[in-house]
Amino acid sequence: MDILSLFIVVPLLTVLVLLTARSLKQARMIALIGTLVQVAMSVNLLFAYLRERAVSDELMLFTRDLVWFRDFNIHYSVGVDGISVALLMLTALVVLAGVFISWKMEELPKEFFISLIVLSTGVYGFFISLDLFLMFVFFEIAVIPMFLLIGIWGSGPREYAAMKLTLMLMGASAVLLVGILGIYFNSGAGGGPLTFNILEIAEVQIPVEAQKLFFPLTFIGFAVIGALFPFHTWSPDGHASAPTAVSMLHAGVLMKLGGYGVFRVAMYLMPEGTLHWSWFFIVLATFGVIYGAFAAIRQTDLKYINAYSSVSHLGLVLFALLMLNKTAWNGAIIQSLSHGFMTALFFALIGMIYERTHTRDVTKLGGLLKVIPFISATYVIAGLASLGLPGFSGFVAEMNIFVGAFQHPEIPYRIASIFAVSAIVVTAVYILRVVGMMLMGPLKENSITPMEKATWYEKTGILLMLLPIIGIGVAPLWLSEMILESIQPFIQGVL
Amino acid sequence: MNMETVLLLRQEISILIIALLLLIFEIFAGDRQKEGVVSLTIILFALHTGIGFLDMKEGLLFGGMFRTNALIHLFKNILNIGVLIVLLQSAEWVKRELVPQHRGSEFFILLLSSLLGLQFLISSGDFLMFYLGLELSTLPLAALSAFEMYRRRSSEAGIKLILSSALASGITLFGISLMYASTGTIYFAEMGTLISENNLTVMALILFFAGLGFKISLVPFHFWTADVYEGAPIGVASYLSVISKGAAVFILMIFFFTVLKPLIHLWENLFYLLAVLTMFLGNLFALRQQNMKRFLAFSSIAQAGFILLGLITGTTLGVATVIYFVLIYIFSNLAAFGVVQAISTETGKENMRDYEGLYRTNPKLSLVMMLGLFSLAGIPPVAGFFGKFFLFTAAASKGYYFLVFLAVVNVTISLYYYLLVVRAMFLRKSDHPIPHFTNALYMRIGLVITVVGILALGLYSPIYDYIYALSNTLN
Repeated sequence: MDILSLFIVVPLLTVLVLLTARSLKQARMIALIGTLVQVAMSVNLLFAYLRERAVSDELMLFTRDLVWFRDFNIHYSVGVDGISVALLMLTALVVLAGVFISWKMEELPKEFFISLIVLSTGVYGFFISLDLFLMFVFFEIAVIPMFLLIGIWGSGPREYAAMKLTLMLMGASAVLLVGILGIYFNSGAGGGPLTFNILEIAEVQIPVEAQKLFFPLTFIGFAVIGALFPFHTWSPDGHASAPTAVSMLHAGVLMKLGGYGVFRVAMYLMPEGTLHWSWFFIVLATFGVIYGAFAAIRQTDLKYINAYSSVSHLGLVLFALLMLNKTAWNGAIIQSLSHGFMTALFFALIGMIYERTHTRDVTKLGGLLKVIPFISATYVIAGLASLGLPGFSGFVAEMNIFVGAFQHPEIPYRIASIFAVSAIVVTAVYILRVVGMMLMGPLKENSITPMEKATWYEKTGILLMLLPIIGIGVAPLWLSEMILESIQPFIQGVL
Repeated sequence: MNMETVLLLRQEISILIIALLLLIFEIFAGDRQKEGVVSLTIILFALHTGIGFLDMKEGLLFGGMFRTNALIHLFKNILNIGVLIVLLQSAEWVKRELVPQHRGSEFFILLLSSLLGLQFLISSGDFLMFYLGLELSTLPLAALSAFEMYRRRSSEAGIKLILSSALASGITLFGISLMYASTGTIYFAEMGTLISENNLTVMALILFFAGLGFKISLVPFHFWTADVYEGAPIGVASYLSVISKGAAVFILMIFFFTVLKPLIHLWENLFYLLAVLTMFLGNLFALRQQNMKRFLAFSSIAQAGFILLGLITGTTLGVATVIYFVLIYIFSNLAAFGVVQAISTETGKENMRDYEGLYRTNPKLSLVMMLGLFSLAGIPPVAGFFGKFFLFTAAASKGYYFLVFLAVVNVTISLYYYLLVVRAMFLRKSDHPIPHFTNALYMRIGLVITVVGILALGLYSPIYDYIYALSNTLN
């Protein structure tokens, strides 16, 4: 068994063992062991990757290729570069934290953990696929458990949110399907056989007309899950209704599929299409960045604030990708990671606050720092990381993005950059506003009742997210190097 | 009749023998043994299905009226498997409802006659055999639809089916006569070389198509579908929705891809239009259905629209993907129908509202239903996804990107109503859920086969490879 296929096999085995679980205790122990193994595997992969990268200059490492459907030239083809390795780490950590946060999942615990792990299998598979068909399969596997996760264990208008989210994301994947078929049937342009293999298609020059037609389909197909304005509307509702661990996994990991897919498939395979359409999507992305930030100011529900903040931050990822230079790309990928950890942390904290105060309305909360100091202090730290304070991952990411963006030679793009930068200020407003209202000041009604301090499992979950944020912030160089190396083929292909 | 003839007609003869054995059994069995008819049929038919997988030679019989080859043989095997599942799933219902009225063997004999008709239909080498097969497969179905005589809806279903099928086969017959008029032959092999494009053949093509469109329940020939499915016994509805539809797709493919191949530029437009209409109408009507049988009826209309995406190509890829899709569709739809059948037999409930909270009382049934619906909706990793993806690939291979786009819009619409059922079963809680019950053995086997099929057909690629290799022989 190769090192990458384990990322599919181990979660599946975990699911099979989970089927035998009879109680919450058993279910969470099995899930915990399974996800711990996954974290160990991802750490192992990281070191193996660094070792192997030093001696190899292949585009993708640890590749494995098995023929699946011969007549369509569909392969089970996997491999990783630095970008995928980093995202796999993120996924493993967020899933583990999610299990800790769901320690007291009373209702149908077995089914909950099964859905959670199926979702993570889809995400792992997506990040390691080198075959468009395989990638698409995993994409949908990652999305569909959300319906059950939000629908069964959610709160508020959960049925509505679950249906809206599933339909919008599956609708997007349907559009993506047309894009993928378009790429497939043009992959023979170089005289070779039709193929779904990303690396092989990258060698082929897809006809420019086809690129112009299929780039937007592919881009939108992926970008919807990356909350591209105006297709972001599923995200706030979905987050608000989802249970804590699901919000974490969703905002932290699932939404990253969008940026990754856009970069790896749409832009890499269709460079002319990218050049042709980038202005259009830059406008949407910039608008999303600003709109998300302003929308977050107006919200009073903590989850909605965070959801709109995600729209803004992930808009920045797409924005940076479309700026077409390597500093910005580097920033985009670090932003994906940084946002993944930050937002997962936020949702975990919001879940804990909600459990104790039974409200997510910031206007009804106050003085929490005095009663639940650990949770509140971490909230402040996450907030500061989110608004891009040096020393945290958010700063590294945004710095790279904007330094890169301003290097774009054309004036309209620079104007877009100015707009996008201004969103940072707005970010500071909504974060500090929440911190001020909710954590400082006098205690309010909801906060007076004595509250449980953070438990051990909650603290573990928090630390799992917090340490990488600080880690990336303090020592970003090794990560940047790993990513920059992996960006090289994109630079040759697209720029 | 020499040995070779017998061997080529093996499938048909063996069905006939089973039907005759059942008649004899009915005569000699005492009242107490009547229930044995169920097991007898299932065992005999399982044997028949198993024997079907033995190799069969290629050949023509009766001067070209009847022909068989590896591909046609595959079609028959697919139908056999489907019917076997239908029999398994109906077993309990027959035991409870029909055996006490001494009508158990009648039900099976009629069902097998209809299957016999379908087998002749897809083996037909000329219009005579074609028409005989068509009628032989339809007439017993009308009787079967009206089988629950004491229920008004069932009788209504019978009448509706017989009237609309009479109309459809009349139109087909007219189309056939026009085709004869323009080519002077009723043999498919000769007709393929003689056919040419003129107003008469265009007319003939459209009229001929109507009869098959009726069986596949394409819009605008779909009006009977929902009412008949709702009124007919569930076993019959599921037979109509997968077996009779599948066989009609097969013969349509054989006929259009070989005989009418020269006229492809005409019928591809027809298929395009009907595909769009069928997908949209089927899906939009399915959105508001409350009765599970009506719901599945409209869903099956929409699925027929998807099948046209493969048929429009006229290529080997189209043949392979259509067969593959139909095979998967049989398993997926029978999984859904099987659960509806199980619940209806046990409790008599057939509405979506009744399914609320089902997962908490009957988790296994709910999971089977969910798998079936996900497969119908085309969600990986279950087989339906592969079926749909390949169909769309076939359509895209001829450049029909816009049609594929319309199809994926429809996939999203259909996902909504499939999720409505999942929502009822998993998300909702009910004060009066369907109580927990254990299924009879045959029903369980029937459901397990469908689940295995749904999981294996997609992920296990040699099945597709096998179908693709055989598809080459059609052209």
